[in-house]
Parts: sequence; structure tokens; C-alpha cells
Amino acid sequence: MTVEKNSQRILSYTRDVMAGYPREQRFTLAMLQDIQKKYKYIPRESLEQLSDHLGVPLSKLYSIATFYKALSLQPKGDHVIRVCDGTACHIRSSMVIVDELAKILMIKPGETTSDGKFSLETVNCLGSCAMAPAMVIDETYYGKVTPSRTREILNEYGGVDCE
Amino acid sequence: MSESNRPKRTILVCCGTGCLANHSLKIYHKLKELITKAGVDVAVETYIKTTGCNGLCEKGPIVKITPDDIAYFKVKESDVEEIFEKTILQGEVINRLLYLDSVTGKRFKSHKENDFYKRQMKIALRNIGEIDPADIFDYIERGGYESLKKALFTMTPESIIEEVVKSGLRGRGGAGFPTGRKWKQCAGYNNYPKYVLCNGDEGDPGAFMDRSIMEGDPHSIIEGMAICAYALGSNTGFAYIRDEYALAVKNMSNAINKAKEAKFLGENILGSGFNFDIQIVRGGGAFVCGESTALMSSIEGKVGEPRAKYIRSVEKGLWGQPTVLNNVETWANIPVIIEKGGEWYSGIGAPKSTGTKVFSLVGKIRNTGLVEVPMGIALRELIFDIGGGITAGRKFKAVQTGGPSGGCIPESLLDLNVDFDSLTKAGSMMGSGGMIVMDERTCMVDVARYYLNFLAEESCGKCLPCREGIKRMLEILNSICAGKGLAGDIELLQEICATVSEASLCALGKSAPNPVVTTIHYFEDEYLAHIRDKRCPAGVCKELTTYYIDPENCKGCGLCLKNCPAGAVSGQPKSWHSIDQKLCIKCGNCIDNCKFHAVKIR
Repeated sequence: MTVEKNSQRILSYTRDVMAGYPREQRFTLAMLQDIQKKYKYIPRESLEQLSDHLGVPLSKLYSIATFYKALSLQPKGDHVIRVCDGTACHIRSSMVIVDELAKILMIKPGETTSDGKFSLETVNCLGSCAMAPAMVIDETYYGKVTPSRTREILNEYGGVDCE
Repeated sequence: MSESNRPKRTILVCCGTGCLANHSLKIYHKLKELITKAGVDVAVETYIKTTGCNGLCEKGPIVKITPDDIAYFKVKESDVEEIFEKTILQGEVINRLLYLDSVTGKRFKSHKENDFYKRQMKIALRNIGEIDPADIFDYIERGGYESLKKALFTMTPESIIEEVVKSGLRGRGGAGFPTGRKWKQCAGYNNYPKYVLCNGDEGDPGAFMDRSIMEGDPHSIIEGMAICAYALGSNTGFAYIRDEYALAVKNMSNAINKAKEAKFLGENILGSGFNFDIQIVRGGGAFVCGESTALMSSIEGKVGEPRAKYIRSVEKGLWGQPTVLNNVETWANIPVIIEKGGEWYSGIGAPKSTGTKVFSLVGKIRNTGLVEVPMGIALRELIFDIGGGITAGRKFKAVQTGGPSGGCIPESLLDLNVDFDSLTKAGSMMGSGGMIVMDERTCMVDVARYYLNFLAEESCGKCLPCREGIKRMLEILNSICAGKGLAGDIELLQEICATVSEASLCALGKSAPNPVVTTIHYFEDEYLAHIRDKRCPAGVCKELTTYYIDPENCKGCGLCLKNCPAGAVSGQPKSWHSIDQKLCIKCGNCIDNCKFHAVKIR
């Protein structure tokens, strides 16, 4: 079954990650970050496996995974849209951009579209204040974004089908 | 190389985050390709390098050429061939790419002559923009690691600490604790191992100086840490870097490896018998981890919650051992203090805030970017002379300093001299040096709400005053911004502020009320307009804002119509336009684009 296969792949990748670090609690965050990078979230299997490996209770790992913003327990869409809501962007109307994207994608920040194509997030500061308001899709930066440009930018990623 | 007797020329392409986002890497590759293709036909032996951030992000990408001392701004990929043909092959300056002073219309060949750079004094940023951060020899060529040698072979641990004490250097991360005193206290505990930490978890929105140093001059941090480690007898260091800063992590890791190869780190450094190594820990995107005890807890692999500081970290820090934690910018100052002496350093800046400070000027300011100036500079000089004033000819309203823990400073205090103590006295704080400039289109109630929203999300939840107090204040501010503010809300906010700042466990909670306290103190009128008159004077809070077009001023240019994403503007060219309130989403695009001040707020 594909689900089983997928699960096995996750377990085997998690094993590889664990092998890359000494078996000490202080590397927990680093291991979780590696898993997050690969899958864009932390699968439950990984968390359980890590708990066994490090001898740290699952509840502790769960609290770490929910405490740090860089980690997520929910799978993300194919393209992750991060709108900067740092102060410089905020006073240059970043929330208007968020509202506009939310309207087009029909999701709230923190959610993923039903077709799994886009996730919408806000971030605290991208350090790109000269191009405020800024947003990043996957690794590509967009500066001086206006509400009217948002749809155009989404079209570069195949646009939105659910309209 | 056989042709090494040819004169040399180096092209420095800025690859700081701002320039990278504007495709500076393409410019670099294209220039490199042209130079490689031309080979020895070029009369001058030409090198090309990528550098860290030059600071003037607003006018990037920046290309500098030495020793000709030419700086080109806003370079596009399409300019590359001309730069190669004219400047590289013939030594000609391309006038239109030089810095343009918008007031005088003058252009400057050297970047050092323009207002943005000429008032600066670079110590922490001394190498950034001049060296390739990936090349340790660039750093060494500019005197890098000489201070480490001086410390190891000509100074005692006591005399090193004495120099830092004498310099008067105070921590650049925010609170401004005297660095020398911290080291001295830690050196006093006869308990080993000791740890030396670098706080690179830069979380203040609008501040990016630490990122710039880690990306553009990582060796200056490593050298500073190694000097401190020698003075304390520590053998292990950690650099805690925000995970979002991928390039900073990469450049720091690379620099640590290069420093090890060159024997500036590792076992028996330069044959001195002293061992010191640095490991990188990537942060997890939690603002509170910039707090010292939370950061240490995070390095230990736990949830990054702060602890009460009955016992300070210099005595019991990481894994319960004596620990010195300093911020990135603080570390970058150390090699210069050792090289030139504490006395020299203390002669710069203000009496109780010595040296220079890096500020990031952002928001509604013309020259967004990073600047380093002596402490004690007047806010007005920083914002208007260096920063070029407010964008779009609007009026200055306030400047926010110190990040989410700081406060807003109004126009009446523009002549304030910026140092640790004067900012605290004005109700704000130095913080990491972010300066967010606000104009008449910024709503101060919304700004206070913005910071509380940020802090409500980032509060770790361990202590009640911070967890519940911030949330409750946010609810009140949300209702004020939605037009549901009540008489008495201001007093209630002030009361909660007092409790939260008094009773919270760590600095995050203790300083969380600052944005509310200062905006109420300096901008109470705006709060009252929201609560009593149900108006948002800046036109930011959607529920309280109605835009309309004044027929007196409207020229019918159609810019508002063109920029309206909701199709709410209608009108014929050259005649009065109007806004359909039912369709208007209140994004403010019309008002921001109108050149005739015809769009108004009711």
C-alpha cells in the first residue's frame, strides 16, 4: 500500500537524520528541523521514532514541536506563501496584501488550500525592509507588493483553480 | 600568475539580502563571464567578488569598483555590458549609475561622498561590503585575527578584560549591560567548563544588523568570541542563529571551518596551547529565545522558556556552568577594541554609551538601510540627513525604536541624542537598533496593537501576567480599532500595563507594555479619536475609515482608478473620480497613489 510505503520512507529518512547526530537531547531541535525541511512538516511517525531514540517522552517532543514556529505538525501546500508582517511591512500595509491573498485563495493565514497547492503564512520579518511590503513564495522574493499585483504573482505558480 | 605585474582592479558586487532580491547574483555572473571571456586582453587584472550588505538597500543592487573608487547604484542586468565596455575596459565612469542626490541633483563617483555614507563611522561594519565573506584571506588582509594574536601572545586574560571594561562597551542586543563587567564576573568563578555564546537570534522586526554581520563579516564574530574565550579559560562556544537566516548559517559555518583550517580555532590555536571551538545551533523561530536564559534552554534541546534570574548566567548558565552571552554586534566590536585599545573606543560616542551603534532605518523613510554612527547622534540627523527624510513628501509622525519591547518617540523629541539612557528616559529603549519611521498615514493605535499581537504570539506562556495580560490588552486594542472602544479603556490599559511590567518573569513581559504606554503618552488624541469620535485619523483601521475624493483637488488623472484592486473607483479622464463605498476594501491604494492630495479620509 502507498500509505505504508510512505510511512516506511519517513521512518527510514528519520533514521538517516538521527544517524547524523550524536544521541543527545541537545540535538533534538536540529533533527526536527531536518525532518521539517524534507517534509515541510513533522510526521507523527518521526516524532515517535525520535522519542524512542533519545529516550525523551513523546509529550516533551510534542511540546517542542508546537513551541517553535519553524516546526509544524500540519502538512503544507506545494507552494508556501510567506507575507512579511514585520513592522516596516506592516506600516506599509502588509495586512492589505494578506487580506487580498486570503480572499483569492479562500483561506486564512496558517491554512492550506483544499487542492493542496498553496499555504498562506505571515512571518515576523524577512529583513528585506527596503522592499516593503515583501513576500516570499518558496524561495522567491517579491518586493513592493500591491494588492493588484497579487493575482498576477499567483499566476506564476499556476494560479488558483478553486474559483 | 604570470601577469601579476599588471595593475589590479576589483569589482565588488553587493549580495546582501536586499540586493540579492533585486537579482545582484545575475549581475555578478554576467560580469564574471565577460571578464573571463576577455581574459588577458583586459589591461587591468580584474577580480570580481560578492560581498555582504553595503547598507543602502534602497538603492541596490550596488556595484563598487576599487581602487578607482566608483560606486554604481540601482544596477540592472542590462547595465552589465556597458559597465564592462566602458568602466572595466576603458576606465570610464558611467554617470547615470552614480548616486544621485535628489535634493541638489549632484552625482557622486565615490559612495563615501554622499550624505548616507559620509556621516557614518564604521567599526562593527568595518569590513562589510569590502570583503568576500567566504574568503578568510580577505579578512586577514584587512588586519583580521591580528587582535587574537595580540591577545594570545602579548596580553594576560586580566588585561584583555581590563581593555574591554575601559572601552565602556555595552551589550548591543538591547539591554545595554556593560560587556567588560559581564566578562569580569564570569572570569571570577572558578568553575569549569565555561561557555561563550553568540546571540544571533535576531528577532526584532525591522532590525537586520546582526544578519548583515553574520552574512558579510563572520570572522569578526569568531575572532571576538575566541578572544573572550581565552580571557575566561573557555574551550567551547556556541553561535545560536535564527534558522530563517539561511545565508547567515551558511557563511558562519563556512567561516568556522576556514578558521579551523587556518588554526584560529580548534586545538592549540596558533601554537599557543589554547583550545577553542565554536558550534552552530539553529534557532527554531521563537522570539523569546533571544532572551538569554531561554536561548540557553533552547541550546540544551528543550523548549525555549526563560527562567527567573536569581542566579545570573555568568555564574550558572548553559548546563549550569558559567556562561558569557553576547550579541553579534557586540562580538564584532571586540577585535577593534583589542587592536586600538579601550581608551580609544571610549573616546567615541556619548559618555555613558561609548562607541558606535548600527541602526536599521526602515518604514516610511527614503533611504532604507543599515547605518553605523557614533552614539549620541541626534535623531533628526539620523532620520533626515542620513535617512533622507520621509517618503512621498509626507509628514514625520513618530519613530519606533527597540523592537516590540521599545516605544514610539514623537516629533517633539526629534532633537534627542540617541544613546541607551536617553531612549530609556523617553520611554523607549535601544534594543537591537531597529528604527521604524512612521508618517501621518501610520495609525499609532494600530502600531500598539501590532506589537501586542506579535508579543501575544511570542509569549512563551510560562508566567501569567505576560500570558494573560498581553492577551487582554490585545482584546481591548482590537475593539478600539474596530470602533467598539469604550470610555475607560485607556485607563484600563494603563492599569494592566503597570501589572504586566511589574510582575512578568522575563524581559519580554516586563517590556511588553512599552508600545502601549508610549503611544498613550504621546498620542492620546489618536486613542480618543478612535474611542470617542469613531475615527481613525491615519485611515488605517478599516472599520473607522471612509475614503472620499475631493472634487476641488481631483485632476482626473486616473491613478486611483488604475490602482484600485476592487474596482471601486469610477470616473472619466480629466474629470472628478468617485469611490463606491460598497465596493471599497479600504486598502488605501488610492490615497497612496494620488499626487494631488485629492483622496481624503473621513
